[in-house]
This record gives sequence, C-alpha cells and structure tokens, in this order.
Amino acid sequence: MTNNLPQPGPPLWLLLELTYRCPLHCVYCYNPIEFARVEDEMTTDDWVRVLRQARELGSVQLGLSGGEPLVRDDLEDITAEAHRLGYYTNLITSGVGLTEKRIACLKDSGLDHIQVSFQDSTREMNDFLSHTKTFDLKLRVAQMVKAHGYPMVLNCVLHRLNIDQIDTLIDMADRLGADYLELANTQYYSWAHVNRDALLPSRAQLEAAERKTQQWRERLEGRMKIFFVVPDYFETRPKRCMNGWGTTFMTVTPDGTALPCHTARMLPGLLFPNVRSTSVSAAWYDSDGFNRFRGTGWMKEPCASCDEREKDFGGCRCQAYLLANDPYAADPVCDKSPQHAVVTAAVEQAQQPRVREHPLVFRDPANSRQRSAEPMTNLR
Amino acid sequence: MIQVGDETRLAIGKGFRLQWEPAQNAHVLLYPEGMVKLNGSAGEILRRCDGVRTLVQIVADLETTFNQKGLAPDVQDFVAYAREQGWLEIAA
Repeated sequence: MTNNLPQPGPPLWLLLELTYRCPLHCVYCYNPIEFARVEDEMTTDDWVRVLRQARELGSVQLGLSGGEPLVRDDLEDITAEAHRLGYYTNLITSGVGLTEKRIACLKDSGLDHIQVSFQDSTREMNDFLSHTKTFDLKLRVAQMVKAHGYPMVLNCVLHRLNIDQIDTLIDMADRLGADYLELANTQYYSWAHVNRDALLPSRAQLEAAERKTQQWRERLEGRMKIFFVVPDYFETRPKRCMNGWGTTFMTVTPDGTALPCHTARMLPGLLFPNVRSTSVSAAWYDSDGFNRFRGTGWMKEPCASCDEREKDFGGCRCQAYLLANDPYAADPVCDKSPQHAVVTAAVEQAQQPRVREHPLVFRDPANSRQRSAEPMTNLR
Repeated sequence: MIQVGDETRLAIGKGFRLQWEPAQNAHVLLYPEGMVKLNGSAGEILRRCDGVRTLVQIVADLETTFNQKGLAPDVQDFVAYAREQGWLEIAA
C-alpha cells in the first residue's frame, strides 16, 4: 500500500494479554473463539523484551490482561519490570487467583492500579454467567484491593440477562466501598457475537437501566463515580474505535501477535506481525497489519466522502467485518451505512420477549476447539 | 475545599504520577487507564509540587528560573484547577 501517511505517534497504550487461560467461561468474552488453539504462550523473557522495546517507543500506559493474568505465576516479575521501566501498570482481573500474598507482592512490584470485573451482583446469576463459583471470592478480592490502598474499581459487563438487576449491582458496589463502577454494555465480538441474540437488551431495559443509574449517581455523588457505556448497536454513529486504528493502542496476544485492537485477529486478509520475530517498532510502524487501516485513504463510500470521517474513522473494522462481511465497509452501526439494517434488525428483534432457542455458548476450551475447525487467521 | 495559602505544601494527587516522557517531549500525568499531556508551564509547576516546598517557594523558584515576576496569580489559578482535577492535593 502506498504510504502517504504522516508518521503515527507512539503506541501510548500497550495491552498485554498474558494468557488465554481463564478459570471463568463468560459468554461475552472478547477473546478469539479459537483461543484454545494457542498453546505456546510467550515466556517471561519475551514479555520483558516487549516491555522494553515498547517503552523505548514511548508506551506509557500498560494493561495486564488475558484470559486471567493471575494464571501466570510470573505476573509479579512482569509487573516489577514494567514499573522499573516507567509504565503506569493496570491489572485487569477477575480476581480469581488473587491472594493476600500475591496482592502484597504485586504492590511491592509497583503495581499502580487494579480493575476487578464482576459478572453480576446476585450469586446465582454470577455463577450462571461465569460458570464457576466465584462470587464470594470476588467479595473478598474487593476487600483486599481496598485494604492495600488501591482505589476500588469495579467493572461489570451488562446484557439482557443481568441489566434488570442494576439496582442490586450498584448497591453492592457501594457497600464494597467502590470508588468507580463501570457498567459496560456488552460489545458484540467473539463469544458475545456468538451469543448476541441472547445478550442484546431491549430498548426498554436499557432506558430503565440508564434511568436507575442516574438516580444512583445523584445519591452517591462524591462517593462513587459511575460510568455507563451504552451498547453501540443503539447508536446512529459508530464509535471512534481504539481512538483510530494504529494511533494509540497496541495489544500483544499470548503467543506474541501484535494487534491494533483486542479483536483484529479475526479480520481476513491481514497478516499481523509477531513480536517473537519482529521488533515492536517494526510491528507498529512498518507492518501491513498496522498500516492497513491507518488514516482515511483505505475508506470506501459512504465513509470516503463523509465529513465525519476524521471523527470516527468509519468506526470499528471488526464490526464492519462481522456485520457487513467487509473490513473496509462503514461500521454498520452508522445510519449512513448501506448495511445499517443489519443492526436495526438485531435491535428490533431484541424488543421481543425472548424464548431462548439456542443455549448460551460458554467460553471454554471445548467450545473453542469445536468452533475452530477452520484455519485461524494469523494463527502461528 | 481547603484554601491554598502561601505556606501550603502541595503534592501530586493520590493515584496520579508525574513523569517526563521523551517520546512526547512533555511532562505527563498518568492515572488509571489515562494520561494528561501537560504544556510547558503546567509541567514546570507540577514538578515542583513535591510535598516539601510551599506555594510561595514554588512561585519564587519559577520566577528565578524563568526570570519573570508576578507569576503568583497564574500559579494560584493553575493550582486551583489542578486540585479540582485531583492532580494536586495538600501534602500531609
């Protein structure tokens, strides 16, 4: 591709998906469907090399995620090196595997921040959705996080099956002493896309949840900040995905594939570099995978001539692929997209009372293997 | 919010970290999952807020370093803004 693009800035945000292993089996997980086929995780030395190279480029915010990053017993070593290099280190965890000993060690290693995900506030729904008995443990984890002087940041993914219990959830977060609560509606990629019809809430559910959230915000002002992320299916303009492809954000998957977003691996026809054999600099600046959707030169109509093209960059490439079967298309969330009807149809269907025709597909290795008979794009 | 006086000692707010980033040629404030890139004067003020120096000392240092006078009102305005943002807090 001819490259008339200005040199992009550095990957300020680096997300390391240290492993795809996870004790939970969330039905909305964004990890690739084929995750179980990735068995050769990067070593500690590999991760440290990536940290050093990215820091030299100017990466400064670090996410340590997965899968469940606590599954890796070198998490503390990786954190310590990241801290030494000057990253602001964020652990994104379900909390499963966090013990008093580990959190003390992570604190000593210089960990700056912890975000704990909660599946739901009632034990039954939690166990159902995460498929393991983790709820009591999460309560203990939340208390540990607070006791070690971290702000208590809870993230809960909302969807059709739990959104009606938002009052209980916010109340629980408050009782835990949460400083921040992110109520993030499911984004429909990967496992969530497989389960979309079961997970997409109705408009009435969404409006009720927003209304209740606003009441809690007023009640808890000065004590807890609540963020409510609306599902983009209900919008008429797409999100500015990743702040623009290849502008800010790099994900490195457990096997070392460097990606411009969490889910870009699904896109056909793109080869993404692997940081086992390519430097972070070459991956970021020189690879076709990262350059492909930078800027606006790749766009088709209606994006190419749209006066909002610099605002949202045509939305999300993965959503364009999933919903319009074309990574170059406008994100069908946009009402200017010729495929916008795909989104409105899904939303309209969600207004109907649901008789569940298909069982939920849990994110576990067996389901992953069963669903990855086809060769995986960009799989080593 | 407690008034900031001349003898107030200021420190970077809890959860924030100030550092110089060569790649951005700027001081930045880092906080959970976010970053503020600071302009030159904001960076110069914040890096002097070490929990030890008082506001009047910080102003004096800035005036000496940059060979200027009458910076106190600007610094006070910025400090008020920075406290609202949580970037600065009064040191214990």
